[in-house]
Formats: sequence, C-alpha cells, structure tokens
Amino acid sequence: MGVTLTRSLQWTASGHGTRTLEATPLNDGILEEIILFVDTFLYEHPREAKFVFVEPLGWKTSLEPSAFGAGYVISEKTVTSEEVDKNGEPLLVLSGPHIRIRSFGQLSRLLHIAKDTKLRETRACLEANRDPVVKILGLDYNTTKGEDFSALSILGERSNDNDSEPERPMTVARLLRQLDVHLLNHALRHVSSEMPLNPSAIKNDIELLKHHAGKGEQAVLESIEYTSDYEFSNGCRAPPWRQIYGEICYVLVRPHGAEALCITCSTQGVFLNGGKTDDEREINYERKGKIYKDLVTLLREKSPTFAENMATQENKHNEEQQKQKSPPDEVPNKEAAAARAAPAKSALEKNQINFSRGTARRLQPSLNWRKPPDSKEHRSSVKDTLEEKHGAKLERPRASLSTGKAHRKSTDKIEEIISESSSESEEDEEPPDHRQEANADLPSEYWQIQKLVKYLKGGNQTATVIALCSMRDFNLAQETCQLAIRDVGGLEVLINLLDTDEVKCKIGSLKILKEISHNPQIRRNIVDLGGLPIMVNILDSSNKNLKCLAAETIANVAKFRRARQAVRKHGGITKLVALLDCGQISLEPPQPSLYETRDVEVARCGAQALWSCSKSYSNKEAIRKAGGIPLLARLMKTSHEDMLIPVVGTLQECASEENYRAAIRAERIIENLVKNLNSENEQLQEHCAMAIYQCAEDEETRDLVRLHGGLKPLASLLTKTDNKMRLAAVTGAIWKCSISKENVTKFREYKAIETLVGLLTDQPEEVLVNVVGALGECCQEYENRILVRKCGGIQPLVNLLVGINQALLVNVTKAVGACAVEPESMMIIDRLDGVRLLWSLLKNPHPDVKASAAWALCPCIENAKDAGEMVRSFVGGLELVVNLLKSDNKEVLASVCAAITNIAKDQENLAVITDHGVVPLLSKLANTNNDKLRRHLAEAISRCCMWGRNRVAFGEHKAVAPLVRYLKSEDTNVHRATAQALYQLSEDADNCITMHENGAVKLLLDMVGSPDQDLQEAAAGCISNIRRLALATEKARYI
Amino acid sequence: MRFDWAEETLTQLNLPSFHFAVQKSEIECLLRLFNSLVKRNGQRLDKNGLDHGAFRGILHNVFGMTDDVLLDRVFFAFDKDCDNRINANEWVKGLSVFLRGTFEEKLKFCFEVYYLDGDGSISREVVFDMLKHSLHQHLSEEESGEGIKELVEITMKKMDYDNDGKISFTDFERAVKGDPLLLEVFGPCLPTAQVQLQVPTA
Repeated sequence: MGVTLTRSLQWTASGHGTRTLEATPLNDGILEEIILFVDTFLYEHPREAKFVFVEPLGWKTSLEPSAFGAGYVISEKTVTSEEVDKNGEPLLVLSGPHIRIRSFGQLSRLLHIAKDTKLRETRACLEANRDPVVKILGLDYNTTKGEDFSALSILGERSNDNDSEPERPMTVARLLRQLDVHLLNHALRHVSSEMPLNPSAIKNDIELLKHHAGKGEQAVLESIEYTSDYEFSNGCRAPPWRQIYGEICYVLVRPHGAEALCITCSTQGVFLNGGKTDDEREINYERKGKIYKDLVTLLREKSPTFAENMATQENKHNEEQQKQKSPPDEVPNKEAAAARAAPAKSALEKNQINFSRGTARRLQPSLNWRKPPDSKEHRSSVKDTLEEKHGAKLERPRASLSTGKAHRKSTDKIEEIISESSSESEEDEEPPDHRQEANADLPSEYWQIQKLVKYLKGGNQTATVIALCSMRDFNLAQETCQLAIRDVGGLEVLINLLDTDEVKCKIGSLKILKEISHNPQIRRNIVDLGGLPIMVNILDSSNKNLKCLAAETIANVAKFRRARQAVRKHGGITKLVALLDCGQISLEPPQPSLYETRDVEVARCGAQALWSCSKSYSNKEAIRKAGGIPLLARLMKTSHEDMLIPVVGTLQECASEENYRAAIRAERIIENLVKNLNSENEQLQEHCAMAIYQCAEDEETRDLVRLHGGLKPLASLLTKTDNKMRLAAVTGAIWKCSISKENVTKFREYKAIETLVGLLTDQPEEVLVNVVGALGECCQEYENRILVRKCGGIQPLVNLLVGINQALLVNVTKAVGACAVEPESMMIIDRLDGVRLLWSLLKNPHPDVKASAAWALCPCIENAKDAGEMVRSFVGGLELVVNLLKSDNKEVLASVCAAITNIAKDQENLAVITDHGVVPLLSKLANTNNDKLRRHLAEAISRCCMWGRNRVAFGEHKAVAPLVRYLKSEDTNVHRATAQALYQLSEDADNCITMHENGAVKLLLDMVGSPDQDLQEAAAGCISNIRRLALATEKARYI
Repeated sequence: MRFDWAEETLTQLNLPSFHFAVQKSEIECLLRLFNSLVKRNGQRLDKNGLDHGAFRGILHNVFGMTDDVLLDRVFFAFDKDCDNRINANEWVKGLSVFLRGTFEEKLKFCFEVYYLDGDGSISREVVFDMLKHSLHQHLSEEESGEGIKELVEITMKKMDYDNDGKISFTDFERAVKGDPLLLEVFGPCLPTAQVQLQVPTA
C-alpha cells in the first residue's frame, strides 16, 4: 500500500502543508479500491480486524456524532466505541471534527456509517496520514517497504515470538502488501488505458464531431470549432507556453440547448476551462471541472441532447453492425490508407498519420456512433469527412500556408540559429497576427480601399492604374490602411500584378507595397504570399524604376529572418549586388525618359536592400561571394549621403565577420569611413562610427584609423551627447580603438578621457558599456589612471558595480580592476565598499562576469591596506572563492586561481581556504592544457604551499606530476610559475621523488639557463632540494 | 530620286519647332519610312499622305497599340489640320513626340488624345466613354455600368482639382506630375518602353 501511496497517487504540488490529492481519474480509482478493501475487511478477515494500530489514524471528519449508532457511546460532541483494546482504550474516538481510529474493524464500520461520503472520508484520511502503513504497523515495518519478502520474514520472526496473541501483525502486513500490489496493478491498468491523448487523435475526434454538427434534430451538436486557426508543426494549436502543460488545443463547442463550452484538450484528457473572455481574445486556461478521457465522454456528460443523439446513433450503428457484420476496424484503416495515399505530405505529417493509425483502436469508441444506414453510405460518409477535410484545407490557404511555414521554420531553424549573427536583433519573434474583426467598427477608408481592390481585381490595365494611383492617395503609413488593404485581399492582387507584363501596373503595385511593407505584419504576409521571389525576379528588369522600387520594397520586407532567407534562396543577393554595379557603367541617356531613373539611384536602392539583408550571417557570406565588397568600397567614394548611409550600414553589419574586416582593410574602406565621420549627417556619422567599432577589433585597423586621423573626429563627436544612438556608436569606436596604446595617447591629447568620465552618469546602458570599456582600456596606463581619479571617475565606476547588464558588468569590473592598481585609487574604491561589490559579483550567474570580477579582485587585494583583514571581513567570501574552483569555465578558473594567489599572501586567510579544501580542488585542476590557467594555477599552488602540510597534501592529491609537465609548455610565464611551485613543493621529500620520477631534473636544468632571473632561481632551488634529498638517502644507506 | 524628295521635305519642315534631340538623320529616316509606308498603301504621296485605316494599321503593327477607341483619338491628335490625312509634316512631328518626346510634350500629346474635340478639357462624359470597357466582361451589364460610374467618380476625385466636373489641362498636368503613372490614365496612347527603344534602331 505504501508504494502505491507514495508513487502512484497524484498529489497536488501546492506547497507542503496543504498538499491534497488531485481529483484525477487515477486517484479516484485507487481510492475506490481502498474503500472496497477496508469496507469488506471486517467480514473477510474478522481476526485481523481486531488488530490494534501502533498509532491511531486521525483526521478531520465531516460525520456528525448523531450518525453513529449501536456499539458506540454517544455524547453531544464526542463518540467513543464500545470496542476497546487490552488497555481499555476505545478504538474509535470522535471529538468535534477530529476522529481517531485504531483498528480496521472500526475503519470498516466507519465507512458503513459514512455511506455517501465514503470517498471523502477516505480521501481526508489519506491526506492527513501520508504514511498510514507506519501508523498501522509501526516504524520498523516501514523501513523495509518495497523489499517485501525481507519485511515479511522479519514479521514472521516477530510474530513467532508472540504467537498466542490474536492480533497478527504479519497477516495484517501481508494483507496490506496484497492491497498494495493490487492497487499498483490497478494504477498500471489505468495508466495503460489512459494512454496520453495525442494531437492527431483529438483532431480526428473534432473533425468527426464537426461532421455531425449542425442544426438538425439528428445533429449531436450545433457547432464545434477551434479557438485558433494556427496549427503548430506538432499538431498542437495551444500556444507554446501552454503546450508545456501538455495542452493540445482549445475548442469552442455549442451543444443543443446548452451554453457554449470552452474545452481544453490536453494529453491528460479533456476538461472545461475558464472560457473565452470576449474583449481580450484570451482564454482563461484554469481547469474548471473534471478531466474526461476524451471529448465525447465530456460532451455526453455536459449535454443531454448530445448523449441522447449519440445513443440513438450508436444503437443504429450496432444494429447495422449485426446486420452487415462490417467491422468498424475498417474505418480507421481506410482512413489511414487514404491519408497515406494523400500526396505531398511532409515527412512529419506522415509520422503523425502513422501514429494515429497506431492509436486507431483507441479511437474506436468515438467512431462507433457515426451514422451508417448501410455499408455503402458508411463508406461515403467516411469519404465525405476526408473530402471535407481536404476541402477545408483548400478553402483556407492561409492556414495550410502557415503550417507549411511552421515546418519550414522547424527545419531551417537549426541552420539559421547557428548562423545568425549577433547583429540580428529586431523583431525576430513573430508578432501575433491580429486581423480585424468582421463586425468591428471599420473606418471609412476600409470600404473605399475595398472598392479600389475590386477594380484591381476586375479591371483592365487602365482601371488598374487608376485604382493603384487612387490607393496611393490614402495615408499608407497608417496602420488602418495597411491592414485594410490586406484584409480585403489586396495584398494577393498587388503581388499578382507584379507577375504581369504591365510595367505601369508593376510600378504602381510596388509603390504601394513599398509603403505598406513598413508594417511588420504586412511584411510577413508578403513573404507568406510568395512576394519575394517575384520581386527578386523584377531586379532583372531593364526598367530602372522598377528595379529601384523592387529593391526598396525588398529592403523593407527583409527585416526578419525568414524574409532574408527567402531573398537569398531565390538568388536575390547576387542580383542586388549587381545593382550596385549600375553606377559605374554610366550609359545614361542624355534625356532621362519618363519612367527612367538614374543609375545612382538604382545602386542606392540596391545598397538599401543589401543593408536589410546583411543582418543574416549567410547573407553576409552571399554578399561577399557575389563580389559585393569591392563594389561597396567603390560606392564609398561618392559624396551622396543618401548613398553612403546604406553602404556604410551594410559594411557595419558585415564587419562582424572576420573575413569582411580583412576585406575592408584591403579595400581601403577605413579611410573613407574616417572621412565620413566628418560628415554633417548624424546618421552617417553614427554608421561610420559603428563600422569602425566593428572593424577596430583588429590591431591593423586601429592603426589605420589613427593614421587617417580618425581619432580626433571621434573625440570631438564624444562631446555631442544629444543623439544617443550616435553616442553609443562613437563610444564603441573609441573603446575598440583604445585597445591600442598609441591611440590612447592620442585620446589623452584630445582630452577624450575627461569627457568619457563625464559620460559615466545619466547615459543609457548601450553608451555606458562602451564608455566603461574605453576607460577600462585607457586605465591600463599610469597617466590615465591618475587622470580618471582626478576627474572623479572612480565613484561613478564603483556605483555601476551594482548593475545587472552583463556586458556592462564585465567592463565595469575590468575598469575598476585597472584603477585598483593605483594604491591611491584603491583607497577610494575601498572606502566606497567597491571590493565587497566586486566580491559579490563572484556570485553572478554569468561566467564572464565572474571571471572579470575575480581578475579585478587581484589588484584590489594586492593594493589594499590590511588586505587580509578586509578579505576576512566578507562573511563566506573565502568559501565562495574556493568553491568557484569547481567551475568548468577556464577563464573563471584562471581568474580565481589568480585571486587565490593574492588571498593566500595572508597567512590567516591561507589557513581558512585550506580548511575549505583549496588543496584538493587546485590539484584536481592540474591536468589542464590551458597555458593561462596553468600559469595562475602554478602560482596559486606555490602560494598555498606555505601553510601547514599543504606541500604534502598537494603530493597526496597527485598535483606534482602534471606540474612537471608544465615545464614542457611554450610559455615562459608558465615556466616561471611552475618552477616556483616546484621549488615550494620540493621541500617535501616524497614530492622530490615524484619530480625525479617524472624527469623534472633535466627540464629544470634547462631552465637554470634561462635569462629570467626568477625562473633561474626557482629552478636552481628546486634542483638543490632534489639533490639534497638524494645525498641524504645515500648517506642513510651507508650509515 | 527618293532621297531628293526627303531632302526637299526636310527643308520645308520648320525644323526649329522640333526638339533638338531629334537629329537630322533621324528625321530623314522618318521621312523615308513615311515614303515607303505611303507607297505600300498604294497612294500618291504628293498631298494626301496616310489615311485613317493605314495609320491605324501602323499603330497596331509597329507600336502594338490595340485599343480601337484610342487609336482613332491618336489619329486625330496626329492630324493637326483635320483633313483626315497624316501628311509628312504631321508624321514627323507626331513621331518625334512618340519616340523622343520630353515629359511635357508627351503630357500635352496625351491630353490632346483624351480631350479630342472638347473645349480644352475632358468632361465627365468623355471619361465615362473612355473607361467604359475597362472592366472585365464577366460582370453583368448593370454591374459593369455601376462599376464604371464609380470608377469615373474615383478618377474625377483624383484628377479634377478645381471640382468643376471636368479635367482641364492644368488639372491633368498637376495630376500627372504628382504621379507619372497617370500620364496614360484613360488608356495607352504612347508606345511602350520596349517599342520606343526598338524602333529608332530598326
């Protein structure tokens, strides 16, 4: 019984004290079985019924004292049983609502008395006594729960001792065990029969019900429909955040003669939910009733008409079956066969169908009630359903389209997610597609636009052009108009027009599409309707005006991933790159004719479209492969701002890729970027600064920026703080440029550092990240550290340590760490409690922040007065640091090792971290190949050797042998640190032996010849220790 | 002999009245073309020139223009002296607009085609007349009539800036300058871009 109670019953998850049994079919079944067991216990096992429980089972009952009859002593509030144990205590005591029972006999009687409330009493009893077996048999028996045979043998021994007693715990225990097995079987049967519902099963049910819904007498329902048209690729219609609860879809059912029901179909079953709220389009997902095994059962329960009509149909069907002997199994098979035959199914759909075939047997109950007067009609009705299904699909091209979309997405996503670059940010989540309600108050534009669309559909070229021109008189920037065009079916027509030969129609249509595609929803609709491939084809047109418009529209549409991908897949990138070339041929006719546009304009539009497209990684590659970079470089030489902005924008996006940066250097684009920093146009300045920011990752580029005189304009732009976007770009460029020392010197000359310190307050985060990053780089130099302190930069920096932005925190910690190198600055940091703030950042979940904070702590500890005391004052701080050694991030590990090196300089702290187990943790890291980690690890080890028997401990934890291997590394820093660590470790004889065994002596001898003095000394010291040991042993041998 | 004739006509023409983009050689070409076309139609070229049917044939075959109503109107727009014949002078002037016309010239030409015989403006009735076949046939007579009426309303609303119920040249000019697509608003009366490019080289 115990096993079932703990494992099978479904408890609600709401906290501890108030956990109750959920009202699920499984629980109810188990409870009923328990009732049956207890109910009949008195008669079936009269002897065991007298067995007195070790502890009484107590709970709050709803029974009144008056309900008890013969065999009980009843007073006003209390009831006691006449049956008593051998001590004379009554076996049942009821006082107030509390009841305490001590035998199965009494339990059994109580259930008789309870009659209708049996289930409730049992439930209350089990909820109050989470482990009834313990109370019945005592704690000893419970310890062996599960291992029943051993339990029984113990029981056997025990019962042998007092065989004379009538109460036989062994038999009781055996009975309980039988019950437990029985219950488990029951639960198992339940679980297996309750195989989770799946989307296809539910879909079938709903389709079938739809088939039988309608107005007539015979119809089982008035209507049944999904709340959402959109079907995800897994067949669910519930939004993803509900799918995790196993919910599949929601249906709105209108039964005859009853209120509409809003029903949730989930894998656990089908239940009523809180209904649909009218104003919000939201569904109250809360469960409002029992869980039923399927829709039909629920509807039977909820609608009498449904049950009735179902029953009649079922009868008919049964009669039919007897007459015709046509097995209903045929139905699912045929359905499956038909589905298999259906062409053009994606693999996923096929899987679903196979799955539904697998579950066909389970679907039978709901197929039983279909109405087949004879077998032929039966067949045709099945066919009808299928046809209807297919028909419905055809009628709703949008729905099927979106399913396709979902498919495509799921397959492409993997590729795209990996390939998307960081610059991909805006609006990648699909916005909810809210269409206007048909009955809602529509603006007058709606009707006028509808009329115009009618002419687009039914008019010849002349009428179409007039309609197109009139449509442009509406304010197409307004969302109402944009959506109106879509909702009256205008988008389809506009896109169809693009496929005709009529240049004027194409131009008119594109002009409208260009405007309305500013709307994110329309963009998606255009892509869904297959507009992009057509526009890409238009890029080949000989009409420049058309080319321009198509490119501009593409520029607007390609603002989200799927669109960008579509452009690429249809060869759009190559064509767009070809547009850039237009400006060079310069075969312009002296008289630009009516529909002609200038070549420069074509190139500009092409650049605009490429800018939009260049936000996807694959597109960047495609642009490069199509030879876009030299063309962009050529266009950079113009002085048209209109042209420069999209060109620089594209470059800026692409510069996130290493090979682009190389190409940008090679094409001498930096020079032009710097030149355009001096432009009057703020947007252009912003994009140039942004491009420099991206490119200045490379040292060569940073030098180029300086050589072309780009640092001065950057520094002067720093003082213009009104345009935050530009400021962010400019500060970013300064940050990256200041990685080079020469640039920092220049910046100091231009007084940029003072300005940067001024920007530490009242700026948006994007700016702050860059400003702090720049200061972090500048503060690597002594003069600048002084400068920052004198300008009062330390206080705002420390204040920023409490932020939450990861990028910002990484930069702030770095900057604070750089400042802390200066003892005077360190005093300020200490006074502002900066060290504590840094220390608490070690708890930050992001490894970069952790590592950066740990690095920053090193100079702090090094330069603080009373560093040891300060470190100890952080409660739990040392333990935190030691525990960070369990991290799996190399950078974090290296930084923490460095911090430990500094911490361990204080003897007391070293003692504390030794107690926290720093030695085994460090030893565990010893087998690394990362030189940075090796170096800091070796330093930490050499420091930690200074305490107690840590030297020996390192040897015991096998840290010595790997350390010797570090000497084979390429890095001198690693050599020095390792030699020092080995020197420390060699004070212990066993370690010397290990070193010698691992060939340390030869390696160390090489190190002695090193020009590095510290290394020389440490290596020599180590060798001398090893040598001394050898001499000592020799001596010992001879004595 | 034929060449001489061309030279002669060339001198007769008032050259400065053409746009300078039309070169002398091109005019010669046009005249030669005219000559051969007239000959093909079996007419004497001294005074008559191309008649209605012949001109329509040319518009149809060479320029791919098919709208009957508009072909008549184009003919009348070409035929400045209203003698139902296109003479050499009218031919060259007309084609120069057709092939090398500036925006303004085309604007003027289109307006002439559309207003035809009116008082210098296009009336609502004329608009109706020109648009009456612009809806596809599958609509019933009545529906189609309603549709056209509404279309005319839409057009008038768009183009009749001074709300006097007719489209004056000022209205027309303003509308077309606002949206060049409206140049051939009531039907194609200029050769398409492709033809424009092909003909002079042919």
